[in-house]
Amino acid sequence: MPAVSKGDGMRGLAVFISDIRNCKSKEAEIKRINKELANIRSKFKGDKALDGYSKKKYVCKLLFIFLLGHDIDFGHMEAVNLLSSNKYTEKQIGYLFISVLVNSNSELIRLINNAIKNDLASRNPTFMCLALHCIANVGSREMGEAFAADIPRILVAGDSMDSVKQSAALCLLRLYKASPDLVPMGEWTARVVHLLNDQHMGVVTAAVSLITCLCKKNPDDFKTCISLAVSRLSRIVSSASTDLQDYTYYFVPAPWLSVKLLRLLQCYPPPEDAAVKGRLVECLETVLNKAQEPPKSKKVQHSNAKNAILFETISLIIHYDSEPNLLVRACNQLGQFLQHRETNLRYLALESMCTLASSEFSHEAVKTHIDTVINALKTERDVSVRQRAADLLYAMCDRSNAKQIVSEMLRYLETADYAIREEIVLKVAILAEKYAVDYSWYVDTILNLIRIAGDYVSEEVWYRVLQIVTNRDDVQGYAAKTVFEALQAPACHENMVKVGGYILGEFGNLIAGDPRSSPPVQFSLLHSKFHLCSVATRALLLSTYIKFINLFPETKATIQGVLRAGSQLRNADVELQQRAVEYLTLSSVASTDVLATVLEEMPPFPERESSILAKLKRKKGPGAASALDDGRRDVSSNDINGGVEPTPSTVSTPSPSADLLGLRAAPPPAASPAPASTRNLLVDVFSDGPAAQPSLGPTPEEAFLSELEPPAPESPMALLADPAPAADPGPEDIGPPIPEADELLNKFVCKNSGVLFENQLLQIGVKSEFRQNLGRMYLFYGNKTSVQFQNFSPMVVHPGELQTQLAVQTKRVAGQVDGGAQVQQVLNIECLRDFLTPPLLSVRFRYGGAPQSLTLKLPVTINKFFQPTEMAAQDFFQRWKQLSLPLQEAQKIFKANHPMDAEVTKAKLLGFGSALLDNVDPNPENFVGAGIIQTKALQVGCLLRLEPNAQAQMYRLTLRTSKEPVSRHLCELLAQQF
Amino acid sequence: MWSGEIRFILIQNRAGKTRLAKWYMQFDDDEKQKLIEEVHAVVTVRDAKHTNFVEFRNFKIIYRRYAGLYFCICVDVNDNNLAYLEAIHNFVEVLNEYFHNVCELDLVFNFYKVYTVVDEMFLAGEIRETSQTKVLKQLLMLQSLE
Repeated sequence: MPAVSKGDGMRGLAVFISDIRNCKSKEAEIKRINKELANIRSKFKGDKALDGYSKKKYVCKLLFIFLLGHDIDFGHMEAVNLLSSNKYTEKQIGYLFISVLVNSNSELIRLINNAIKNDLASRNPTFMCLALHCIANVGSREMGEAFAADIPRILVAGDSMDSVKQSAALCLLRLYKASPDLVPMGEWTARVVHLLNDQHMGVVTAAVSLITCLCKKNPDDFKTCISLAVSRLSRIVSSASTDLQDYTYYFVPAPWLSVKLLRLLQCYPPPEDAAVKGRLVECLETVLNKAQEPPKSKKVQHSNAKNAILFETISLIIHYDSEPNLLVRACNQLGQFLQHRETNLRYLALESMCTLASSEFSHEAVKTHIDTVINALKTERDVSVRQRAADLLYAMCDRSNAKQIVSEMLRYLETADYAIREEIVLKVAILAEKYAVDYSWYVDTILNLIRIAGDYVSEEVWYRVLQIVTNRDDVQGYAAKTVFEALQAPACHENMVKVGGYILGEFGNLIAGDPRSSPPVQFSLLHSKFHLCSVATRALLLSTYIKFINLFPETKATIQGVLRAGSQLRNADVELQQRAVEYLTLSSVASTDVLATVLEEMPPFPERESSILAKLKRKKGPGAASALDDGRRDVSSNDINGGVEPTPSTVSTPSPSADLLGLRAAPPPAASPAPASTRNLLVDVFSDGPAAQPSLGPTPEEAFLSELEPPAPESPMALLADPAPAADPGPEDIGPPIPEADELLNKFVCKNSGVLFENQLLQIGVKSEFRQNLGRMYLFYGNKTSVQFQNFSPMVVHPGELQTQLAVQTKRVAGQVDGGAQVQQVLNIECLRDFLTPPLLSVRFRYGGAPQSLTLKLPVTINKFFQPTEMAAQDFFQRWKQLSLPLQEAQKIFKANHPMDAEVTKAKLLGFGSALLDNVDPNPENFVGAGIIQTKALQVGCLLRLEPNAQAQMYRLTLRTSKEPVSRHLCELLAQQF
Repeated sequence: MWSGEIRFILIQNRAGKTRLAKWYMQFDDDEKQKLIEEVHAVVTVRDAKHTNFVEFRNFKIIYRRYAGLYFCICVDVNDNNLAYLEAIHNFVEVLNEYFHNVCELDLVFNFYKVYTVVDEMFLAGEIRETSQTKVLKQLLMLQSLE
């Protein structure tokens, strides 16, 4: 048994930990812990005063119990007592307990601060460091208020020990980041910069971090650090591999300090002072030279440490973007890494080259590596490396290589990981548009995208192709011909039908001369797809049909026949029904002239920036991609590859729906799965997996330096994480729901569409559909005023544990809503397990400069995931009896709030989601229903019975389900409806 | 509230048991648990042919496996990958020296000492001290105190 017997060990603690490890079950563990807690509690409460050792031991045990994941609600006072012990080991445990367990608003904070104050004043470096570490670990505002003024003094005091200075520097950094207002700037700041000259490398290492942070906030005040940093760096870089003794790591002098200094320099532009600049350039060259020298060791630690400096050097060179010679050398160095046997280096080289590609000096040099990068895209095993390769191809693309890159990306798309398909689709779409010389190539590329990865082609992409075709009459005939051919495929993607439907509706006349694509042929080709399509696509096709009536009068009779058919005129979907009725009437009553005017070809879209680019940026988060895209824009402004091309990127953003007539916003395709959400779901799958199991697999006794990185079983996975967690505000960021929120929510328990909210400014409509444990909701935000809403941002928030119960992915909406306009937001919902509270919808915007905010309850209640179940009376009663535990039943007797109409009641129960079972209840007045609530984790069977008593104007409602909270919750929800 | 370049340091075994969790950012207990599970899910499926870096939410994880233990550091996406990868190794070598051939059980039984080692080498999310000699000297000095 290791370590237990190592001198100062606390025997009782070791025994306790052993006991816990020997517990065979979770129950045994809890039992043992409870026993220990009782023991400790009695010791703490006992009459006998505890000695320091015992106190330390018990506090340490409490800490261990807490770290196992159990709540600790006592012992804080004893821990605080330990702080004033004059024995290091007791003090250390006290501080550790405080750092891990005490939150900042604890009432003990005054006592703790007092103890810290004493230790800081103790002149004992060990105690001072403990106190400083505690402040750095807790970093609360209260501690900032108490100590922010003292710490600079300790940091620059001539008599402070080196280790104390190190801790003080980082402690101050923490306080400064947490509450910059509390840290007084002053005379000490000048002296802090001079710590870069300190003899002790550890002090410099800590101080550089602090200085970097201060520079970021006040660059002008700390400019003097540049020359100091350069001379320090120069001394390190030019030192021999053993000069720095303790700070040499595998023959590399002070790698971490070098990296930190190089990062500090990235806070500033190149040095103005010629001598300083010369010295720095010399350093950078030395680093690049050293990369070419034979390694001093075969160990990976040596090459990693060396390359850490090299990559940071290249970052600085790219940051300066002013030394063509260095940029090209950097590029060549990275080029060598592209074929290195270490995956890490290939990955980092691809990543770093991506930024090099956006510099005008190195763009051409990067391009020479195109074949290697394409090869990486095809052969790398790690999906994240392939992704970097795709990023780099995107970054190095210009007019000279666009066709090659786009075709390679298209080829890669056929086998690409699902996780990155949507991104590749977006990139291809952007490149094809940006570098299109002839637009037939562009149209072909987008149609290929739909063919290869139709599911991943988002609205933005196919809206965009429609806009470009609409705005460019030289490509319209070609587009019509090409979509017509594409639609001949026996199985074509629904997005193809949409694009085809729209284009033929606008420009079908351009190919109607050919008997093989005569108007009736075009129509029957489109109509052959009609029945397999989602409502949204069918709605779009109906618009195409009415346009056909205008374009091709000879199709009028056939099309009117289609519109008149019962399946259209009486379609259950209100959108389809309305279109059929209106179009039929329009085609019957309007004169040819009127028809021609109403159904005229769409005017060109207004010219705006591509929304695809915006989408790509959103996907990649604020970091990498925006830098990337900004880089691209710089490049084109430098006329390397932009400039002369036609300017497709000036065509407009699509209207929220590609409706031919622009009459109303059709819901977007319900059938196309949103790839972004697929990605998120993958991550959720992982996060839900209970990872913490008792340790069975590994052999803990094994010394773990003995064997580095043994192969692990491989398994494919999505590496991408949630793209927008930072944008997701916690519940604390939004206001409480408006008072009517519950009432509004109740309106939607039994129905899925309607107006969720309305005031003088804003109307919010909702339309949703649910199947199994999945749902999709469309929210329509209408600006009722004539003034544009700005910073419009609706967000969905999951309070508390709802996060683990319900996954809601939202698509973002435009930040502006014009007066009188409506924007739409799509939400994908997945029910992970049963839940009781609905998510919140927070809407914020500025109206005439005044901020508006509003929080509603999103109409997603557990019953939405009901699947009706039909069953015979016998089965019903059998199941009813099986669910006879008292907790499984919930019952409510309540007064009718509405007239007691059997038909209305039936409709409500069906709307609630359960099946209605006839001939089950002996009393025909009663209603009986059954269904299953579908969640990802489990299914909950539900039986219900509603007994109206017309005389008393009362109902009795009984719910039985296998889960007690569900019974109660359903009962409450439903009882409000009658 | 951001604080520090390093967001957290985790040591986990293959089964997902946490052997050390050091947070440099404010999280509540539920979030911590979720992060721990996510990190475990993300790193344990990777093999030696993969990089030692994984994108993670808006950050990245730099990790390295030693026998049954994964040492993970979560940093900003534009932080220096190799510097943190070697910071992990430097830390592991210190642990190895301090515990004389460290193994997983040392970290279990001496969890309170591991925190001291971490604080010597990393503080406020920054690298504090990199010299193994200096760190070990300090640790031995502390060890000798009562």
